[in-house]
Amino acid sequence: MKEFLGARGLVLNEPLLWEKGKKGRMGFSLPRRDVESSPLHKDLTNEGPDIPDQSEMDVVRHYTRLSQWNFGVDTGMYPLGSCTMKYNPKVNERLAALPGFAGAHPMLPHQLSQGALRLIKELEGLLSEITGMDAVTLQPAAGAQGELTGMLLMHAYHKSQGSVRSKIIIPDTAHGTNPSSAALCGYKPVPIKSNEEGILSGDVVAQVMDEETAGIMVTNPNTLGLFEENIRNIAEIVHSKGGLVYCDGANMNAVMGIVHMGKIGVDILHLNLHKTFSTPHGGGGPGSGPVCVKAQLEPFLPVPRVVKKKGQYIFSEKFPESIGKVQAFFGNFGVMLKAYAYIMSMGSDNLKKASQLAVLNANYIKEKLKDIYHLPYDRPCMHECVFTDKFLKANKATTLDLAKGLMDYGFHPPTIYFPLVVNGAIMIEPTETECKEDIDLLIEALKVLADEALKDPASLQEAPKKTKVRRLDETTAARQPCLTG
Amino acid sequence: MKEIQELKFPEDLRYTEDHEWALSEGEGIKIGISDYAQDQLGDIVFVELPQKGDRFEKGGEFGTVESVKAVAELLIPISGEILTVNSTLDGSPELVNKDPYGDGWMVEIKPSESDELGTMMIRDTYVQFLKGKK
Repeated sequence: MKEFLGARGLVLNEPLLWEKGKKGRMGFSLPRRDVESSPLHKDLTNEGPDIPDQSEMDVVRHYTRLSQWNFGVDTGMYPLGSCTMKYNPKVNERLAALPGFAGAHPMLPHQLSQGALRLIKELEGLLSEITGMDAVTLQPAAGAQGELTGMLLMHAYHKSQGSVRSKIIIPDTAHGTNPSSAALCGYKPVPIKSNEEGILSGDVVAQVMDEETAGIMVTNPNTLGLFEENIRNIAEIVHSKGGLVYCDGANMNAVMGIVHMGKIGVDILHLNLHKTFSTPHGGGGPGSGPVCVKAQLEPFLPVPRVVKKKGQYIFSEKFPESIGKVQAFFGNFGVMLKAYAYIMSMGSDNLKKASQLAVLNANYIKEKLKDIYHLPYDRPCMHECVFTDKFLKANKATTLDLAKGLMDYGFHPPTIYFPLVVNGAIMIEPTETECKEDIDLLIEALKVLADEALKDPASLQEAPKKTKVRRLDETTAARQPCLTG
Repeated sequence: MKEIQELKFPEDLRYTEDHEWALSEGEGIKIGISDYAQDQLGDIVFVELPQKGDRFEKGGEFGTVESVKAVAELLIPISGEILTVNSTLDGSPELVNKDPYGDGWMVEIKPSESDELGTMMIRDTYVQFLKGKK
């Protein structure tokens, strides 16, 4: 077997910036003043902010050292379920950094921005094709904003029908942001439970769907990594009462070019370009959460929209039923560039293959580990698989200990204790970008950890042992957060 | 996490499937979460409770409890009006871990329906329910 990745190395200690440096030290020298001194207005003068005094080199070393304590997808495998932490080809970064794009100003007139506008328009077309939806807005800056935009579209649609609806159905396997997005839009979320197979059944939806319900928010594939097989039936039930089907497409990485969202009854779908379409994430952005809709909802999409007129791409506000603007300028353009570059460099066949490999990898892990780890839903999964720590019940070791232990083997821990419908969940999403050798190494590490948890739980509870920082005091950090230097 | 037999479930309380407990005290009924619930959640870092005077229907969400692991909804087992709220949990949420049936109580409610308390599970039924869950 190959050697595990986890090792000790020379990692340097680094204090807080305020604890190093000296009064008067700075990163640059101002030239000698050559104009008369002019006092500031007294309202603008005080002691000023407490900025640490550091030289340039101090600052560079500070952040370089901190970065060496860190772990990212460029360091190693990051099998965080529900997040699609896949590797993003660097060529897409490079294309997004081309000076013509990177230097473009959003206030430039359309005559000088034809390339950028064309890219927005063409990306909308590509995403329509991939999802099987009719029209797309690229404005929302992240998945949750896409959800909110979707809810606003739903509201606008019902209003146009002269219908007042106050509720939204949300299954327990939907993403956690779904109920908040619905509530923020003024809807009352109605929670429903998934069945013993981990998916939704039509009869549960039928029990709560009525004419006061605006629709349903389904995450498909859901947060258990399972495909909502009854989606057509569910869509029929919702549509028959005049409702709409919203699909959280954050897990689109499992079904690109495979599922035609329009044909399975989805009316509104959001995508996460930063998960599925090649933008590094996990550090809080920037993201992009386009919303794709069926033709009947197109009039409500946010403005301005890019349209082609007399051979020129222009921004148009002439959509009287639009919900208005949801984001400054046109959204996070850099993320759109990377998505465009990714889609064009992959091509339709390879996008489909990426999804197939993501699903294959997750199923491979599931099959290799299910005899050791407890698998609550033993059926084919999509892009992620969910285990639990039930096999450790008698040993006092938990999911948390396994996750911490994995760090010592050179892997980022998977998502734990989520989804909430599974007790002690361990949710692994390998993505298509990991090779078989690395996946085998992860499987081996999880086997060794399971063995340690059973034989010597006390030792595992000490993990991680090789990292710069061991177990953090998460409780005190949450109870008494200290947010200053 | 502890085994069921290591957890405490006082005889004089009533319990729900969502792991709240209730205890009649004078004109009000005190409500909190069970030892099992606090043990499952782990270290509790924040408790959000309603205001005095708020009204709830049985099963309504009267607050949330946040641990290092997860955020859970608090569902009220009794319909009525909130008489008092345990505001010490604001600064000391750990009381729910340390003493779920004592200092970690959450709200006191004035019931609006008769004998909803009687429909809640007694200790033995709750313990059986927990054992079935495992």
